[in-house]
Amino acid sequence: MPKTLFDKIWDSHVVQEIPDGPTQLYIDRLYCHEVTTPQAFDEMRARGLKCLRPKQIFAMPDHNVQTTAAAPLSAEGAVQVEALRRNCQEFGITLFDIGTKDNGIIHVVGPEKGLSLPGMTIMCGDSHTSTHGAVGALAMGIGTSEVAQVLASQCILQQKPKTMRISIEGQLPKGTTAKDVALYIMAQMTTAGATGYAVEYAGSAIRSMSMEGRLTLSNLTIEMGSRAGLIAPDETTFEYLRGREYAPKGEAWDKAMANWKTLQSDADAVFDKEVSFRAEDIAPRITYGTNPGMGIAVDEQIPEDTDGGMAGALAYMGFRPEQRLLGTPVDYVFLGACTNGRIEDFRAFASVVKGRRKADSVVAWLVPGSWAVRQQIIDEGIDKVLQAAGFELRLPSCSACLAMNDDKVPAGKLCVSTSNRNFKGRQGPGSRTILASPLTAAAAAVTGVITDPRTLL
Amino acid sequence: MKQKFNIITSTCVPLPMENVDTDQIIPARFLKATTREEKFFGENLFCDLRYNADGTPNPDFVLNKPEYSGCILVAGKNFGSGSSREHAAWAIAGYGFRVVISSFFADIHKNNELNNFVLPVTVSEDFLAELFGSINENPKTEVCVNLPEQTVTNLATGRSEHFPINGFKKHCLMNGLDDIDFLIESLATHPIPRP
Repeated sequence: MPKTLFDKIWDSHVVQEIPDGPTQLYIDRLYCHEVTTPQAFDEMRARGLKCLRPKQIFAMPDHNVQTTAAAPLSAEGAVQVEALRRNCQEFGITLFDIGTKDNGIIHVVGPEKGLSLPGMTIMCGDSHTSTHGAVGALAMGIGTSEVAQVLASQCILQQKPKTMRISIEGQLPKGTTAKDVALYIMAQMTTAGATGYAVEYAGSAIRSMSMEGRLTLSNLTIEMGSRAGLIAPDETTFEYLRGREYAPKGEAWDKAMANWKTLQSDADAVFDKEVSFRAEDIAPRITYGTNPGMGIAVDEQIPEDTDGGMAGALAYMGFRPEQRLLGTPVDYVFLGACTNGRIEDFRAFASVVKGRRKADSVVAWLVPGSWAVRQQIIDEGIDKVLQAAGFELRLPSCSACLAMNDDKVPAGKLCVSTSNRNFKGRQGPGSRTILASPLTAAAAAVTGVITDPRTLL
Repeated sequence: MKQKFNIITSTCVPLPMENVDTDQIIPARFLKATTREEKFFGENLFCDLRYNADGTPNPDFVLNKPEYSGCILVAGKNFGSGSSREHAAWAIAGYGFRVVISSFFADIHKNNELNNFVLPVTVSEDFLAELFGSINENPKTEVCVNLPEQTVTNLATGRSEHFPINGFKKHCLMNGLDDIDFLIESLATHPIPRP
């Protein structure tokens, strides 16, 4: 029977099907960060359990990490980070600690180190684990109790999701990035449009996307309600992974490649749902409301509020129906997060600000997703371009995406952010967030207002 | 935490908002805890909706309205979207809710509720709208959730619906067992692949 990419990975990891129940699935890789794991390790201790396969688990603090060298961790953040250190030592898990070259946001570090590979099942107590699907893995966010399941048994109990293929054919217009594609799909499908499905992205627009772009797209799959966003591995994937620290080498690489090349949906595979979009229709996007599905093209106006359903969100944002947002003053710009904290995002941002100056009215936080990304920014001289334009490069962290460190957008302030969620208070109590691509964020940073990035390219 | 589930009859707390994400259920600043202390999470459930900026209770939010009480939360559709934080389920359980009724749950949060012995009950849009109506008319409206029969009944109108839950999870909830117990036992009988 023809199989989808999802089916192939799922089926090869089934340990048992529980009658009238979930599937017991074998997990290749578990990632741990400091926020969602302390209680899982406590659970292990309370039950007197050891970690079954510690070598398949990698941990790093990322959420609480400060983005300036001078700032100490908050008292509570330090307790979480200390707990992670202690737990890794006790259970024999590799830790990429703060300030070391290995550290960064899990969803940036995993693919970058070759720890996330095609065909794997990958879990982490973090909804943006969907990111790793971009390498052709089945990667899903889980809760803390489920983290404990994997620690204890290297397995998890999961209900098999349905499958959905989202195809995007054609060539993306100039100024449109993977972020815009994701924001466009969300606006079409709503934030619950893919709930219950594992998504596979396909089509020529996806095939021609870089690995960084694919990681951005898979990352945002959870914002459509789907826990997994897979992209079949191809030459782009293999080139990206070749030579990475933990990727297989030599004979092992050849053997892995033989398997990876089979990891695509069969031509006649049937999906539970098929959706398609045209690349040409997708312009640079911004959000105007308090969920990521409330978005428009940057030069469009906010829709009419026919049933009053947007009133609460618009009141919070200080916008009104049918308002055009171009020219709206911006207070903060955030470049980074597991969504857009990779080298390509910094190149894109730099391409806009090069030869221009940061607007005086804007506070800009430029936060690489990992120490490796930060090093590459420096190696490529991008930091010099940013500096010349009045920007400063900060230290790797999740940072202002969810404001667990000091990078909090003050109440009432408007932030154009390359992160993934514009929920009320997400970037700090009372903060107002507009989600956008690195290009659009850069355009806002140099003009001080919402600006169509295409006018600056 | 672990408790056995059977039939629950209770008044309800209505939260008709749709798309209540887990950041609203428990904002990120409360993720700094390293324990599962129920009281702490329960006290901060819906924190930014429930309290004013100065920390005083917001009298307009349902948890601060004395006429509403009970261990059943009735929520608008797409409840629990966004972040995977299990802290949201701990907050719901810590507050004392044992059942959440909605017409649609986000996947990760639904699992998190089940893993914390909070029962997510999915009902039709119609049933939900009628239930909000009944509670609005009479805050003392009771709902009966019968897990063995998988039925949910609005006792004000007598309307009853069947709700889905797989047999395995139902068995776990009714017997106070969790997935870790199951998985540890399975290792003896079901070998897992080599690394």
